[in-house]
Amino acid sequence: MDLRYTDAAPTDTERAAVDSLLGPPPSGWEGAEERTDEDLRWARGGAAAARDRRDQLLPALHAVNDRVGWISEGALNYICRRLTVAPAEAYGVATFYAMFSVVPRPAKVLHVCTDLACAARGSGALCADLADRLGPAGTPAEGAVWQESPCLGLCERAPAALLLQTGAPPAGEESVAGAPPAADEPVAGVFRCSAVLAPATAPAVVTATRAPEAAPAEPPAGAAVPQAGDPGLVLLKRIGTVDPASLDDYRSTGGYTALRRAFALGPAGVIREVLDAGLVGRGGAAFPTGRKWQATAQQADGPHYLVCNADESEPGTFKDRVLMEGDPYALIESMTIAGYAIGAAHGYIYLRGEYPRAYERLSHALASARTRGLLGPDVLGQGYAFDIEIRRGAGAYICGEETAIFNSIEGQRGEPRSKPPFPVEKGLFGKPTAVNNVETLVNVLPILEHGAAAYAATGTETSTGTKLFCVSGQVARPGIYELPFGANLRDLLALAGPPERMRAVLLGGAAGGFVRPDELDIPLTFEGTRAAGTTLGSGVVLVLDDSVELPRILLRIAEFFRDESCGQCVPCRVGTVRQEEALHRIVDRTGAGAAADVALMREVGQTMRDASICGLGQTAWNAVESAIDRLGVYK
Amino acid sequence: MTAVPLQPPRRLVSFTLDGSETRVPEGSTILDACRSAGKDIPTLCQGDTLTPKNACRVCVVEVEGARTLAPACSRRAEPGMTVRTDTERARHSRKVVLELLASSTDLSTTPRAAEWIKEYDAEPGRFGADAARVNEQPRIDNDLYVRDYDKCILCYKCVDACGEQWQNTFAIAVAGRGFDARISTEHDAPLTDSACVFCGNCIEVCPTGALSFSTEFDMRAAGTWDEPAQTQTTTVCAYCGVGCNVTLHVQDNEIVKVTSPHDNPVTHGNLCIKGRFGYQHVQNRV
Repeated sequence: MDLRYTDAAPTDTERAAVDSLLGPPPSGWEGAEERTDEDLRWARGGAAAARDRRDQLLPALHAVNDRVGWISEGALNYICRRLTVAPAEAYGVATFYAMFSVVPRPAKVLHVCTDLACAARGSGALCADLADRLGPAGTPAEGAVWQESPCLGLCERAPAALLLQTGAPPAGEESVAGAPPAADEPVAGVFRCSAVLAPATAPAVVTATRAPEAAPAEPPAGAAVPQAGDPGLVLLKRIGTVDPASLDDYRSTGGYTALRRAFALGPAGVIREVLDAGLVGRGGAAFPTGRKWQATAQQADGPHYLVCNADESEPGTFKDRVLMEGDPYALIESMTIAGYAIGAAHGYIYLRGEYPRAYERLSHALASARTRGLLGPDVLGQGYAFDIEIRRGAGAYICGEETAIFNSIEGQRGEPRSKPPFPVEKGLFGKPTAVNNVETLVNVLPILEHGAAAYAATGTETSTGTKLFCVSGQVARPGIYELPFGANLRDLLALAGPPERMRAVLLGGAAGGFVRPDELDIPLTFEGTRAAGTTLGSGVVLVLDDSVELPRILLRIAEFFRDESCGQCVPCRVGTVRQEEALHRIVDRTGAGAAADVALMREVGQTMRDASICGLGQTAWNAVESAIDRLGVYK
Repeated sequence: MTAVPLQPPRRLVSFTLDGSETRVPEGSTILDACRSAGKDIPTLCQGDTLTPKNACRVCVVEVEGARTLAPACSRRAEPGMTVRTDTERARHSRKVVLELLASSTDLSTTPRAAEWIKEYDAEPGRFGADAARVNEQPRIDNDLYVRDYDKCILCYKCVDACGEQWQNTFAIAVAGRGFDARISTEHDAPLTDSACVFCGNCIEVCPTGALSFSTEFDMRAAGTWDEPAQTQTTTVCAYCGVGCNVTLHVQDNEIVKVTSPHDNPVTHGNLCIKGRFGYQHVQNRV
């Protein structure tokens, strides 16, 4: 491939940002400023080597965006030279993700969540207040710009805001070629998160935007777990009670016994235990985890990969964030077990870009696990080589779709692939891959610690173990709750403190469905919710009282899907727009005035469900449909 | 006449297509099977020289036991599969997809679109006059071809043809997301500043006329484009020794565009800038 670049050159800062990730360019062919005689005598690299590096595209875009705040033409050219990627393709990737900008913008970007849980707890008023104080959304003022954001995963502390600021990495991480940060440049963490404000008030947000370093610290992860310390907890048992930064704390509370048991059982034994335990995936699709592992392990093609789906972006979902922030070693141990079972030497955590603290905690945990021989070429002296890499997403809900994750990690646009072939056959880099979400993986620890039979004794026959629920909205104690399968919605709400005049409960998030206050006997199991015509989805329980205007919530859901559609297939790309338009038309109408548009939405909704490539389009009509049919919202 | 190379023998798989037992070579798609059985299924993004992207979703069919409909262009026939191409569910999806497309883009130069809209009783107007449209002005930034993205259905065929499937030039890609996604060069630069080598292979595969020769674009604007009156003559390109076949489309004794036979083993429908656009000398009349 013969690549052509424009004349735009990178600035020294942009060059340094890319070089701090990739090291200095080894030759003039790869972007060194001068071509030496040797460069002209020898050609190195070539298309095959380029393909090997394409997966560094997303990290390289992050490096520039983190340091400079946006990605200029010169920076993009330089990245493309370094990685042998066509500029048009890299531009297509850079413009796919919401956290990147290809036009200049201020160093400070404030994301204010206006999604479901935050909308139910006053994000509308917050935004109005911010518009008065900082000017309209999207208009830079005083070196900062604020914008409305999809769910930030801070629903228990709604309304939420996240302030990101450009900056150089701390001195120690500045690598070989990088120039030291200029004195006037703000020095932030490499992740450039400056403040997490939740619950956010307009004065606090404005103060934090002006002086990010003075912003109050976030409450500990344990604060999101109202049941913290309860001896009945399984998945949440350490959260709020042990120091998430301490590997010793983790080990003193039973950490790494499951991995030892796994080595004693052997890979096939681990899979058998997981199969016998009846574990099914907690990401929403409820596929049997053991079968997925078995299918991956059996593939002759290699290498095998393990991908942990930590791109938790479903509005109302925050359980994986709390697990990763409060108990990061649990995820690392369970990934090591999963990798061992499927025969993988390399695991990826695909972490959503808006989770700065989870990124820090996991990075720290990975480093200390490596130092202690719990990751690396010889895990626990068992001759098993395994390591884990974190890949940050950059603001795209669709990248939580299992095949979109692969494209995103590979440096392509995060568009889902058609299935078949399924990931167990051809996944990441076209190789057999098991994809599991965070909560699913963490369930492997109790299975191995206490055995499949003990695990399966909890819950119901087909939904075994415990389940995490993300309770938000108008309840007294929002947070993550852990209950054995079989408890019903009423039991869960009793713990969280339901509102007096409940209007509806959204189960499963924007892709889930609403249920009425008289349906609280629905058992919270996969089969129970299915029988009731709804879904557990990712465990969202968003409680709305009668102060909430449902048509506005539905509009927000429709807006969310329109914004997050990747645009690849017609039913989703255009269908989500038509759905939003119809909801706008009938927002204040009912009965006969709404009937024609409701009928139209049903037709479009059925087509999105039947003909879209992936789950995003297939579920984009679920919540609206359930609001019409179960809540009679436009009657 | 072009030579058709023989393919290695393939095993047959048998499955049920609309109630009748059908046998097709292993690896065939449902669409292949339908076509060899003489069934007509509408499709826009499928191209005979490209790997199907299955993005338009017009060709969806019902596969027994599947939760969703399957794109006939890319789902391979599997032994024992039961496929129905003309169920109410599949027809409904095709109808709505055609409505979604026709309400957001200009399908006036898409072959067969009008026919399918009629066949499926699609009413693109029912989303109202305010329904969002792509609304792009034609981009004329060079003398050879025009990009009219108001007609673009984002089928990805031009991207695939420009990129790794044929040309390996990678001048265009999809940029943006969702309804705002567009085919674009880097930083939306004019084609002349991009990596484009003007081979025109993207025009060759474009199913809607969003990419067209400047000649065709101008003649359409002037109302003089008359496809039925055109003759097509396939000959050998005289520029170099590769021996590509070029098909000259002639209207009123003027070459108006040049294509290449897709079943030709040399070109597979692709040409270079000279074969595709370098025909003016032929009619350089004094």
